[in-house]
Amino acid sequence: MANKELVKGNEAIAMGAIEAGCKFYFGYPITPQNEIPEYMAKNLDNEGGTFVQAESEVASINMLLGAGSTGSRAMTSSSSPGISLKQEGISYMCGSQIPGVIVNMSRSGPGLGGISPSQGDYFQSTRGGGHGDYRTMVLAPASVQENYDLTMKAFDLSDEYRNPVLVLGDALLGQMKEPITRNKYKKKEYKQDWILDGAKGRERRRIKSLYLADGDLTDHNWMLFEKYESMKKDIMFETKYLEDSKMVIVAFGSVARILKSSIAMAREQGMKVGLFRPITLYPFPTEELSKVADSIKNFMSIELSTGQMIEDVKLSVGAQNTTVDFYGRPPGSIPSPDEFLEEIKTIYEKRIK
Amino acid sequence: MKQVFKRPESLVDVPTHFCPGCHHGTIHRLVAECLDHYGLRDKTIGVASVGCSVFMYDYFDVDVVEAPHGRAPAVATGVKRSKPDHFVMTYQGDGDLASIGAAEIIHAANRGEKLTVIFVNNTVYGMTGGQMAPTTMIGQETTTSPYGREEESAGPPIRIAEIMAGLGGTSFVGRGAVDTPKNLMKAKKMLKRAFEVQINNEGFGFMEFLSTCPTNWRMTAEKANERIADELIPYFPLGVFKGDK
Ligand SMILES: Cc1ncc(C[n+]2csc(CCOP(=O)(O)OP(=O)(O)O)c2C)c(N)n1
Ligand code: SF4
Repeated sequence: MANKELVKGNEAIAMGAIEAGCKFYFGYPITPQNEIPEYMAKNLDNEGGTFVQAESEVASINMLLGAGSTGSRAMTSSSSPGISLKQEGISYMCGSQIPGVIVNMSRSGPGLGGISPSQGDYFQSTRGGGHGDYRTMVLAPASVQENYDLTMKAFDLSDEYRNPVLVLGDALLGQMKEPITRNKYKKKEYKQDWILDGAKGRERRRIKSLYLADGDLTDHNWMLFEKYESMKKDIMFETKYLEDSKMVIVAFGSVARILKSSIAMAREQGMKVGLFRPITLYPFPTEELSKVADSIKNFMSIELSTGQMIEDVKLSVGAQNTTVDFYGRPPGSIPSPDEFLEEIKTIYEKRIK
Repeated sequence: MKQVFKRPESLVDVPTHFCPGCHHGTIHRLVAECLDHYGLRDKTIGVASVGCSVFMYDYFDVDVVEAPHGRAPAVATGVKRSKPDHFVMTYQGDGDLASIGAAEIIHAANRGEKLTVIFVNNTVYGMTGGQMAPTTMIGQETTTSPYGREEESAGPPIRIAEIMAGLGGTSFVGRGAVDTPKNLMKAKKMLKRAFEVQINNEGFGFMEFLSTCPTNWRMTAEKANERIADELIPYFPLGVFKGDK
């Protein structure tokens, strides 16, 4: 393979962003994502962009809101407690239809929690996260290469839908090093007939989320809802071994990655187990997973939390005479392929034999 | 016939929602006159804050983005960094700027962002119905200080212009009032300086206005106007705190 570079997960995110034409970065330090702002601080100026270390996550999301309102490609990154602080701004960005990329290299909570990998922010990411009935698209990479590729993709999706896009990783995906190919970004053009650049030779433009006139907010929300529905055409997922599987493991991100080894071991031991990995967590590949349930009836959601994505799995396949089992645990140590294998074995023996 | 009282071009010809005797309208007018004066109408991006001033996007004939409560200086930072050749201003109340947005204003000012911030201090939360603000005077009765603001529990009213002047990043800091024609002229002169430091790329321009809220002060427009000189100016002195006069 040509031109592989050994890159740390967090750096791959920053590299992908710069390759996609990100010109502005706003952020506040928090482990385990500090390599992203550090890379940006070092490299963004050389690319004709600007790095600002903000006074807080609240300020950085609002700087993103400001830069986004002018049609510039911009991003912020943080980790769980910081993402909580950004939620007000994300809600405003959704309400005002302002694009921007937000990276959450999540850590464990609640509260200050710890810095070990966790998938405990699934609900926060996929259910809006802040106030009001809104959604952000959520991309969940499972390798350093995907950190790079999906960050580039996030900028396109964000511009296409005029909506913030969240890249959800975790400490594992941020800290590990893997060889990647720096794929070239193919620039696409997006409509800029809404951006703020001074009312020269045109009517003034207003970007806002306040709608007080009777019925206006209802209309605005229906319009946003239709937009969220239209995002389904960009659903992404990966499957493995589904042709002959009797049981399907559903997992995302770093857990899915570890599970690839567990599933390979299970198959060596004669268990017909497959993998379904959602890459877009919102929109969730509901119909696609439901199609799988036409022929395979046993599902197992494996997560590094006490159970969040399992709700989407059940919503997808629950009405099709299926079983949906769960293995998950709160964060702490990084789960091993063997730990998962044991759990898969238990459920497989219970359901298949 | 000579027109003596012409609406500035940067103001849209619509009735405002401000209560009778509220100074927001006068301050809007001064800001619009400055936008006209420097020919900024078509290169301005305004940042609206949350409070009675949120409707600035209906009144100023310029591009405007709405910021969450208190966050206008952060939003304006993002706007200005990506559009450095544009004129970027925020217009914020005292609840917005001096309370919930205290961190954002201090740091945007200290970074020396090339912005112009218009700060309207009416010593109460206007839009939400007259609650106590950080700027509320000692003894002033509000809906959340029904027995008058007490210094022991609420601290003294905060003097923002003085704080701004102490920060390295500010280039111009002034405080004015629009209660009398004389004060209004002085305030306009200072506001111009707060515009110029941005136009000349010198740094952060900050202009505080002492303003009325007759509705929540429970006063007539006339009494409210008098209160500016009687009570507010002695505690919040007018003048230039930093930069050329
Ligand atoms: C996060 C958040 N908290 C509270 C509010 C409610 N709120 C709306 S306006 C306002 C105060 C406005 O007062 P001020 O900034 O003094 O402006 P004025 O209305 O007096 O011009 C508050 C607290 C809000 N919109 N958002
Ligand atoms: S409530 Fe007060 S600040 Fe708001 S418009 Fe009325 S007088 Fe002005």
